Amino acid sequence: MAAPVSRRSFLAGTLAAGSVLVVGGLDGVERSDAQSMPDADRFLGKSLAPDAVDSIIAIGRDGTVTIFVGRVDLGTGSRIAMRQIAGEELDVAPERIAMIEGDTALTPNQGGTGGSYGVARGGVQLRRAAATARQALIGMAAPRLGRPAADLEVADGAVRAKDGGASVGYGDLIGDRTFNLKVDAAAPLKPHDRFRFIGRSLPRPDVPEKVTGHHRYLQDLALPSMLHARVIRPPALGATLQSVDESSIAGVRGARVVRIRSFLAVVAEREWDALRAAGAIKAQWSGGGGLPDHAREFDLMRASRVERHQEVAKRGDLSALSAPPAGARTLAASYRWPMQTHGSIGPSCGVADVRGDRVTVWSASQNVHGLQNTVAGALGVERDRVRVIYMDGAGSYGANGADDAAMEAALLSRTVGRPVRVQWSRQEEHGLDPKGPAQMLDLRATVDKDGEIVAWETQAWLPIATANLPHLPLLVLDAAGIPQTPGRSTGLIYQNIDPPYAMPNLNAVVHWIADAPLRTSPLRAPGKIANTFAVESFTDEIAALARIDPLEFRLRRLSNPRGIEVLKRVAARMGWQPRPSPRPMDRRAAVLTGRGLAYVHYKHEETIVAMGMEVAVERATGRIRVTRVVASQDCGLMINPDCVQAQLEGNILQTLSRALHEEVVYDRNRVTTVDWASYPILTFPEVPRLEFELIQRLDQPPLGAGEAASTPVGAALANAVFDATGVRLRTIPFRPERVKAALASKA
Amino acid sequence: MAKLTLEVNGATREVDSDDPDVPLLYVLRDDLKLTGTHFGCGLAQCGACTVLVDGRAVRSCIAPTASVVGHEVVTIEGLGSPERPDPLQAAFIAEQAAQCGYCTAGMVMSARALLVRTPRPSEQQVRDALAGNLCRCGSHARVIRAVLRAAGAAPGAR
Repeated sequence: MAAPVSRRSFLAGTLAAGSVLVVGGLDGVERSDAQSMPDADRFLGKSLAPDAVDSIIAIGRDGTVTIFVGRVDLGTGSRIAMRQIAGEELDVAPERIAMIEGDTALTPNQGGTGGSYGVARGGVQLRRAAATARQALIGMAAPRLGRPAADLEVADGAVRAKDGGASVGYGDLIGDRTFNLKVDAAAPLKPHDRFRFIGRSLPRPDVPEKVTGHHRYLQDLALPSMLHARVIRPPALGATLQSVDESSIAGVRGARVVRIRSFLAVVAEREWDALRAAGAIKAQWSGGGGLPDHAREFDLMRASRVERHQEVAKRGDLSALSAPPAGARTLAASYRWPMQTHGSIGPSCGVADVRGDRVTVWSASQNVHGLQNTVAGALGVERDRVRVIYMDGAGSYGANGADDAAMEAALLSRTVGRPVRVQWSRQEEHGLDPKGPAQMLDLRATVDKDGEIVAWETQAWLPIATANLPHLPLLVLDAAGIPQTPGRSTGLIYQNIDPPYAMPNLNAVVHWIADAPLRTSPLRAPGKIANTFAVESFTDEIAALARIDPLEFRLRRLSNPRGIEVLKRVAARMGWQPRPSPRPMDRRAAVLTGRGLAYVHYKHEETIVAMGMEVAVERATGRIRVTRVVASQDCGLMINPDCVQAQLEGNILQTLSRALHEEVVYDRNRVTTVDWASYPILTFPEVPRLEFELIQRLDQPPLGAGEAASTPVGAALANAVFDATGVRLRTIPFRPERVKAALASKA
Repeated sequence: MAKLTLEVNGATREVDSDDPDVPLLYVLRDDLKLTGTHFGCGLAQCGACTVLVDGRAVRSCIAPTASVVGHEVVTIEGLGSPERPDPLQAAFIAEQAAQCGYCTAGMVMSARALLVRTPRPSEQQVRDALAGNLCRCGSHARVIRAVLRAAGAAPGAR
């Protein structure tokens, strides 16, 4: 029953399929199964141009308001925040606004969801579009109400005269028409002193369904006649499939083998049968593997070929490093952050329905428009014939295996002629999702006798990202022999390698190395978590060398009043007592306690965070217990402060997990940390007390909340451990055996 | 094809199976369409698939379906609905104790099992009861508050 498909017949079938462009509805699919809004397909054919009001907002004859948002809600709360933004400008209650997210046939391409730009960019676009729509509605109402536009205002879905009298509803004004307007970047925005919805912690609409098991995740999507698939992975990465024994699954009801070159899968009517077939199948593989020695990962990075050097920051000169002035000292340290995984709790899933040259893909991808292009290219169909619809998966925190699973489902559906659902296993997600790359930073500084930083140098070794890479290279395309642009995706991992503090001489350079042991992709706050760990730990080392209180040391070198404010708020909340680190140590104590601080100005131009941490370190075991985290954040305008706080909580706890526990390990063939036992993450008993000082700035633009607070976590932790123990930890993760060894080497 | 008779959410349900070892998770999701119980690892490591069997938290991803015949199975759908959440679910909503929400149903079920045997748990007991439920988004602090709220602890008590 195998259906081997050669590249040639595959393409021939594609080319024969005609050329009429149809963006179709979802034949045979219950709309409510596929989308957050039951009758979304009535909008098919609407404008998608990113600069058109109609791409972003639709008002129906009945006055209903629908917003179309390219950047999706990954559990972050944009499902309410976006409604608050549109509702504010249109004066319509958020709960009365419908929202369609991440559907290439319905939502404008605003780029992928990432970079903390959901609200900061997508929300700002939406606000301008809503403000433009409001102006247009007032313009339409003026002749109807017989009053000049200047006398009119909007209230609760209608336009009325400011001095009272008759009103006319939006639905009556727009009728069956559309706005047919470009978004006016100069459309006046509602002044913040009249905000009704922005700035309020309104509850998220998806939470009741999520806590009752009624929320439909991608993993729950079941299309009529859909087959369940499992992909059979080689024993070594990149191995070639030699042969498959199809009789090995003959005993499994309804299961069959699908093979496209070295892409091997089983499909079955029932999911459990697909799983049984995947367990039973016998296949012969050859080659593959060839991974480097994990134990030498950082040495190999240092020895790696450098593609190019990039000066991220430079001022003055670094002569003081080699020729320090009298009384000055030079300090050097190397910081290491290992490769880590996204760790989605639900392994990736993809569902696809390929019918001729009409392709529908349901995916939890953070970049549905990018995936649309890639699927079209791989299947050899026009982009407009591919519709990618976002559905919630488990949190992804960057690019996990979602795009891989989607492409696998599309190829399988193309081959078997039925809708296909691909569900990855835990081992696949841990073993094969693209990783956050390892990072290594060497820092040097010359510090004079007064504690002034005379010169600072950062050298970072980071794997180079491929310029203009159209898409993260997908496993299945290599396995199936379908051409794709090779390369590496990482995100902007060089940012924040330079300190935010005033100093005369600074050089921060990236050595872009050619390769990384495994496929990489953006992982939350790409690169900046490790970079800030290094910069803010080293800042603490300098302060300690100078015997200056770490808070005082930072405040003296900052001029940004918003930065100074977050630091002072954390200090006040913690009851920070000025003194240098480490604290005087009680040599008899079994548990040592300490406090640490870190600061970040994300990308040097976005959100500002200060973070204080208190820890207890067990000397006998090396176990670190984080007892308290205090964070103050200024992300400009907060649309929904509780959602912002939830993002802080997530940033802190996820990054504590990464800093305390996480490291991807591989042998010469593949990743060996393929479950939660070998790749443990933070558990409930470890969760510290969390306290927040959020600064609301109603008159400022929103700067993003999804990532920034993750970046000071590593350094705040390391600085607190140093304060407690006098031991400086510079390699993540801080697992007990590593901490214990460090404590022993100091004793 | 053998028939298995199950008691799920107070109803008697019959499912066909040619494999009595099929984990309960797949019967719930694929045969009974109770998709609120989620697949997370298949290894009983993460808790996303937690259901109650006779009031105790069980990992449905490794529980053979035959092993629950004659026992009372309760899934997340057996507690309440978005319109009428049960008190524990209402507390999760009040605390907005979910981000992506994929792990949440398992946490609700583990917490329910705790409250069945310990109606007034301490915060430490809540943390320990949820130690086998993993969350990647970082909703932990809210989940702890929600369980304490449902147990009648003063709002915000930690």
